[in-house]
Amino acid sequence: MNLARGARIILAKELRTEFRARELLSTTIVFVLLVIVLFSFTFDPTSAESRRFGPGLLWLAFLFAGSLMLQPSFLREQSNDTLASLRMAPIEPFAIFLGKIAANLFFMLLAELFLLPVFAVLYNVSIVPVFGSLTLVLFLGTLGVATVGTVLSAISVHARMRELMLPLLLLPALTPVLVASAEVTAGLMAQPPVLNTEGLLLLVIFDVVFLTAAWLVAEYLLEE
Amino acid sequence: MPGVFETDRVSAPHNAADPALGIAFQEIEKRYGDLFALRRVSLSIRPGEMVALVGANGSGKSTLLRVAAGLVRPSSGRIEFGTRSIAEGPYGSLALRRRIAMVGHSIMLYDALTAEENLSLFGQLHDLSGLPALIRDGLAAAGLAQRSSSLVRTFSRGMRQRLAIARALLSAPGLLLLDEPTTGLDVQGIAWFTDTLRRLRRGGCTIVMSTHGPSEALRLATRAVRLEAGRVAADSAKGAELTSMLDFQEN
Repeated sequence: MNLARGARIILAKELRTEFRARELLSTTIVFVLLVIVLFSFTFDPTSAESRRFGPGLLWLAFLFAGSLMLQPSFLREQSNDTLASLRMAPIEPFAIFLGKIAANLFFMLLAELFLLPVFAVLYNVSIVPVFGSLTLVLFLGTLGVATVGTVLSAISVHARMRELMLPLLLLPALTPVLVASAEVTAGLMAQPPVLNTEGLLLLVIFDVVFLTAAWLVAEYLLEE
Repeated sequence: MPGVFETDRVSAPHNAADPALGIAFQEIEKRYGDLFALRRVSLSIRPGEMVALVGANGSGKSTLLRVAAGLVRPSSGRIEFGTRSIAEGPYGSLALRRRIAMVGHSIMLYDALTAEENLSLFGQLHDLSGLPALIRDGLAAAGLAQRSSSLVRTFSRGMRQRLAIARALLSAPGLLLLDEPTTGLDVQGIAWFTDTLRRLRRGGCTIVMSTHGPSEALRLATRAVRLEAGRVAADSAKGAELTSMLDFQEN
């Protein structure tokens, strides 16, 4: 079975279980909504300040969403030892990761697209003229978060303090992608908006490097 | 995973009724730090044999089954499947994984999916042809046809176990690994499982099973191997008396 087909089957399973339970997505959206609202109360942003601090705060909120959303990715495979069933299936180990990364990317993008208008209103920034570029940054940045987070979720699942382990590993590992994403987003929210192509290229490189690393170590990450 | 392990990319849909698959463990050891779960286990199981793994809790039965399933990598030793020799187990070989199925301690099913969806997921991952008919027949055989659209989380322990067995049998494996397969089954469930095993044995499937306590299914074994502290302590194929070994396990 080829990699894409295996990943597609895992992705369909992830989407079906999440949309049936609707636990993770709704909880994460509410949590990040609270974070964005609390940030806006704390900083009482005027438009100029928003453009300075807003992108950083926005990506910090997305990172919180990621750490909340990515934790159960492999954890919920433990309850009935379903990961063993996936590992015994005749699919490449990376297909399991790829399916889960795609599902996490989809869930995170969904949450982000829901939260973006709220952010724009609360922080008084205009996102409509740059929505296309902003979507590209969101996609590339979130792909990095989802890739690293899914891999770390597999690593932390066997750890004793696993609830703490993922955020502890995730924050330092994602520093480059967060800085690049925040900078490109800041450029898009500046007056006039500027597309930081160097930052975008950095995000692409980051995504390629982490996806390749995940492909190379997938089998070892799934071992007991 | 490139490089380290062999990888068979077999794209043709799988056909049911795989020929039996033999397995040979050669000097298999598994260590967890200083603790030895398996100590130099050498055991050759011929295609079509039904082997009962017996022994006390912690003797290494589950670890040996998980090594055979490719879920646990041995610290040292070799495993041979049929005519193939693989140093670390069937990890990288997609063709081998297709021919091995397991019923473990846990049910390996998703609570948030229905019985039908669970079997469908497993069948798709194994690229089985004629999947709708296989699922229908599997659920009917397990007595779960009426509950095919129910979520697994609503099932009783016995129903979950029957579905777990139906899932493992869906791919018509050549090697079936059973770790305490009768857990949670009621009298009817055990009778169904015993009949199923009898049919599989007649069909030539290689079966390796560990179980505790009295079990009619255990009596179907053509060979018994007793493990003690991770070592093979007795083997009915090497002079030990099969019936007395099974009696010992049951009592």
